[in-house]
Amino acid sequence: MASVEEKVKHIIVEQLGVDEEEVKSEASFVDDLGADSLDVVELVMALEEEFGLEISDEDAEKLTTVKQAVDFISSHAK
Amino acid sequence: MVDQERKPLAGQVALVTGASRGIGKAIASSLADAGADVIAAATTEDSVRETVDSILGAGGTATGIAMDVSDDDSVAAALESIKEEHAKISILVNNAGVTRDTLLLRMKKEDWDFVIGTNLDGVYRLTRALAPVMIRARYGRIVNVTSVVGAIGNPGQGNYAASKAGIEGFTRSMARELASRNITVNCVAPGFIDTDMTRGLDEKAKEALLSQVPLERLGTAQDVANAVMFLLGEEASYITGSILHVNGGMYM
Repeated sequence: MASVEEKVKHIIVEQLGVDEEEVKSEASFVDDLGADSLDVVELVMALEEEFGLEISDEDAEKLTTVKQAVDFISSHAK
Repeated sequence: MVDQERKPLAGQVALVTGASRGIGKAIASSLADAGADVIAAATTEDSVRETVDSILGAGGTATGIAMDVSDDDSVAAALESIKEEHAKISILVNNAGVTRDTLLLRMKKEDWDFVIGTNLDGVYRLTRALAPVMIRARYGRIVNVTSVVGAIGNPGQGNYAASKAGIEGFTRSMARELASRNITVNCVAPGFIDTDMTRGLDEKAKEALLSQVPLERLGTAQDVANAVMFLLGEEASYITGSILHVNGGMYM
């Protein structure tokens, strides 16, 4: 079974249309992976769907890098 | 088989609300003529049957669904009932509208809520439900049918005018929000059109209205549908956030 990290990275690759190698832990969605504000919202929605959780707007704002997303999902996923 | 010249919207799925009569019916028929697969929505399936039958009779493709745009659950259930098509909708025409005319001093909160809750909230509900599909597809066309009354006001229609002006503000915001995903959002604002909605007016009111129309005739539902079709087509791909007035010069 894929780890949370692998799953999250896979979703990022799909949503942002970037190469897997680019999705490094410290990569910022906006600055490094070229996401715009709609991309980020779509990404958060895709993560919610995949992991069956709700991410509040407040929390979503803090998810700006790959690592932050992986850490958040790891600690909140059921 | 498909003549691209005559069927510019072939392969596209289009949802039209308020499609049982008048302007909505003309829009649904025009969409079908242009080759679109039409989902015609109205408050009851019975009321939209005539629209669907006339499209099918003309060799077009159409499905009728019952949807009360003023009700969250009804919209959700209606979209669930067309789940497969839902995911392919690239054209949305928010046309459903109601009036409950009365002067402000007689206007009950429920008169206000009824009109805002249908006209304005309905546009929000449908756009909210279908934008994700269009964003994913990186393509979409949304046309909201408003009214000249939203621009110039009308005594006795404070609720209606507010709902239509509200839709226009929403349209401009959505045009900006969704532009990067190749989704255009525009309005068509009809003037004095010959429909059931205006047939209810008394003769004196009609004459007064007509005297304000330089082209000296009522518009037809087809006049409005023609403008909607223009904005939905490839020729209008660089137009977004605009209000196209179809009113015989009544307001310019």
